[in-house]
Amino acid sequence: MKKLVLFIVSFITWLILTWTVYLPSLLIGVGVSLIVSFWFADIFIRHPQNFFQIKRFLYLLLYIPIFIFYCIVANLDVAYRVLHPKLPIEPGIVKVKTELSTLTGRVALANSITLTPGTLTVELTDDGYLYVHWINVKAIDVEEATKMIVKKFEPILKEVFG
Amino acid sequence: MNEAVVIAGKVLIFIGVIFDLLGCIGLVRLPDVYNRLQAATKCVTLGTCFILFGTFLAGGFLTKSILAIIFVVFSSPTAAHAIAHAAHRSKIKLWEKSVVDKYEEEKEKV
Repeated sequence: MKKLVLFIVSFITWLILTWTVYLPSLLIGVGVSLIVSFWFADIFIRHPQNFFQIKRFLYLLLYIPIFIFYCIVANLDVAYRVLHPKLPIEPGIVKVKTELSTLTGRVALANSITLTPGTLTVELTDDGYLYVHWINVKAIDVEEATKMIVKKFEPILKEVFG
Repeated sequence: MNEAVVIAGKVLIFIGVIFDLLGCIGLVRLPDVYNRLQAATKCVTLGTCFILFGTFLAGGFLTKSILAIIFVVFSSPTAAHAIAHAAHRSKIKLWEKSVVDKYEEEKEKV
């Protein structure tokens, strides 16, 4: 099961990389994907049954435009702060809590936080806390900061990876 | 039609270069390593994604650039997290006007 999931993922990656239906190329792709899936399936795939639930992919499709929107907002925000002559920043490291239980979900959340408005994940603890560097601290309290940073993504990520 | 797609690709590459430039300006102007990482990861990731999507359009639908976008989006924040974590571990101080450092406080408690 784990091997099958990793085989599908790596073969799709190969297809996108080569973008051809030339037979020898496809055969090499199958061979390489088989080797990869036999060696690394136990390391990369933890919950193979989740891969076959269509609902998760639909939520992922919903998540991508939201993510791109916040990403562009983040960039304009940082660009404004960088170009402003007085450099209006109030940096600091705050602590936030996440309810995501799976490792993949937490990593996805941490990466999303890093790419969106003024925040950068510094540390991810085992008991579900994230330490986040914030370029313009608006709330020091754990609950307030969680509401402002995490809640934008958590509901959808919970559906995708939860 | 084809012409229009190529022009759109070139415009996207131009926007991407501007974002990359902003990221570099941020890298020079911001005060400490954490703030600099903010500018470096955000602007440079989005700028690079714009450039790659521009090459996707201008180069006749090169699917390799889409794959490259996926890898950049995964690896860039992870690298930034690793650098920030390592910087904090090796006791690099935040900027003196920083508001709060919960991580330092929590570490002292432990």
